[in-house]
Amino acid sequence: MQAWHFSETAYPYLPPADSYPSIRVSLPNKNYDPQKGAALYDRYLEEWQIADEEGLEIMLNEHHQTATCVDPAAPLMLAALARLTKRARLLILGNPIANRRQPIRVAEEMALIDVLSKGRLEAGFVRGVPYEISPANSNPVRMNERFWEALDLICKAWQNHDGPFSHEGRFFHHRNINIWPRQWQDPHPPVWVSTTSTSGAYEVGAHGFIQATFLTGWDITRKIFDSYRKGWREAGRGQDIPNHRLAYAALVYVGETEKEAHEGAEKLLWYVTANKVAPQYANPPGYVPVAANVAMMRGGEHPLSAFAKGASVEAAIRGGFMFAGTPEQVYQQFKRHNDYVGGYGHILNMGQAGFLEHEDTVKGIRNFARHVYPRLKEDFPHSRISGQPSDLPGEPPEKYMLYSSSTVKMERNVGGQLGSAGAR
Amino acid sequence: MQRSTVNIAGCEIEVHEEGSGAPLLYLHPGGGFRPTDAFIPLLAAKRRLICPSHPGFGRSALPDWIDSVDDLAHIYLELMDHYGIAKTDILGASIGGWITAEMATKAPERFSKIVFAGAVGVKTGPADKLDIPDIFVMSPADVPKIMFHDPSKFPFDPSKFTDEELSIQVRNRETLALYVWEPYMHNPKLPHRLQRIKAPTLFLRGGSDGLVSAAYMDAYAKLVPGAKTLTIPEAGHGPHQEQPQAFAKAVLDFLG
Repeated sequence: MQAWHFSETAYPYLPPADSYPSIRVSLPNKNYDPQKGAALYDRYLEEWQIADEEGLEIMLNEHHQTATCVDPAAPLMLAALARLTKRARLLILGNPIANRRQPIRVAEEMALIDVLSKGRLEAGFVRGVPYEISPANSNPVRMNERFWEALDLICKAWQNHDGPFSHEGRFFHHRNINIWPRQWQDPHPPVWVSTTSTSGAYEVGAHGFIQATFLTGWDITRKIFDSYRKGWREAGRGQDIPNHRLAYAALVYVGETEKEAHEGAEKLLWYVTANKVAPQYANPPGYVPVAANVAMMRGGEHPLSAFAKGASVEAAIRGGFMFAGTPEQVYQQFKRHNDYVGGYGHILNMGQAGFLEHEDTVKGIRNFARHVYPRLKEDFPHSRISGQPSDLPGEPPEKYMLYSSSTVKMERNVGGQLGSAGAR
Repeated sequence: MQRSTVNIAGCEIEVHEEGSGAPLLYLHPGGGFRPTDAFIPLLAAKRRLICPSHPGFGRSALPDWIDSVDDLAHIYLELMDHYGIAKTDILGASIGGWITAEMATKAPERFSKIVFAGAVGVKTGPADKLDIPDIFVMSPADVPKIMFHDPSKFPFDPSKFTDEELSIQVRNRETLALYVWEPYMHNPKLPHRLQRIKAPTLFLRGGSDGLVSAAYMDAYAKLVPGAKTLTIPEAGHGPHQEQPQAFAKAVLDFLG
């Protein structure tokens, strides 16, 4: 098991949410104070440095024109981290290549960071969430096609060492591809792709890249991983899928006591609850398949959106979006999730969000690194095979649940509202 | 009334035909072609109406290689070949107007008279303001307000449609995005080509159209030698829908 500390480097000092229609795309940057922003960058970088010292790996991502993630050029942040950290693997998840006009420029940026960090880069690629469409002025139709052409070209550019070659594809044209520097790792840095669709996961599996999925709970995660495993096998990569090909991102907070854990976990919910997005940014035409849009017109709702309306730590744990509690509780919650979905070898810890202050963030990182991570590494080594989903229910037994002290009695009798996240 | 499928350049295109007489090619707007629209029989009473669904709209296919209004213009010129129509009148609404403009600048000799209805396709205003409001980032609740003179007459109720009908509506919108995304709703080259049009031309719009402004239509019309303009009152971006009688009369009066 490898665990990755992940922060979206949010800017949380915003006016009340009912005073703006969307935290993304349209929120004016007059709400951003560069001095406060600089202090935030300092602390977020420091938290990554602490994760490095504590033996965790590092993950960061990129979004545009939003307060939820003020990292619109993740390779720049990654370059800083390459210098500030000593040991950790550096995962960018990822480069939004369906929205970047020049895949070769992305290949160059990644190669530079790989050399700068002496081979610590893990190069992730994403299609990009729907709210990225407007900021990038990117056509939401045929994004998958652009994504795969770009990724194939980037991998090819990394592996070419004998002078220029050309590419005249459907979406991208380069007459002279001959990147410098040559990346440190051979044949190239590990490639990650995040997707929350089964068709996407199948494709990632067929390519043998590392598949990450974010906050997809129980059944959707299982379906995505099943699809990955199917793609892997049908591409002739063998029957056994090493668990280190699969990654899951959850909100993670470990406290020494239940009370401490609950306070930290509650603040992490900001990541879900603050994501107020106007519908036109959340679903541009062509972003999801026609049938999914028809289902939405008929009143269907994504489990995460449904969850956000009544978000609570309890519901998040029951939904499989969050692992939080004492070290033992977190271990047991994680173990059940890992078993339920058939096994994965990377946990991407969303360990900071919104108003989770520096001190509490560091506490959460250290508690996880010192009291949970050693057991995970021991019990879920990368030599494990992914593919046998457990028959046990995913939801943790009561004693491994985390409740706020005031609701313990009531909740332990009533149970959670959300239950397992249904398939979309 | 007849619905058929024709293969043009490897693309299966659904074509609705109605009426008899001299041909009139109708190119639909971004919402797609609806054979139930009231203006259809009014035009078909006088003319042989030929109404293709653009690739990716209705039940027409969308091959991978098609992604622009320019592609559609070539396809429809070939469609005219397919029907043996050397020269025709043409009516294009909204994006259909843009396709019409592309066709008429490529082959001006093939059009006798042209009607643009709420047509998009050119950029006439300043760089820091969209000529056509961005319908894709507008609140869904606000879109009907700029589309219709009286939105209350056009409520959208998904329960009134079958899954297939809803699928077509969703796909139409998706295909529209594919064609008009960038540059948004226009071809920067078109203003330098429209002078080739020799056919008598009419630009019309609904008086309450919140997408195509009066200034936009006037600027567009000035690019076409001798073009006339007409405003249909109490209609939005779809005067053919909101004022079918006035719309059909305006079109037929002009075509003669």
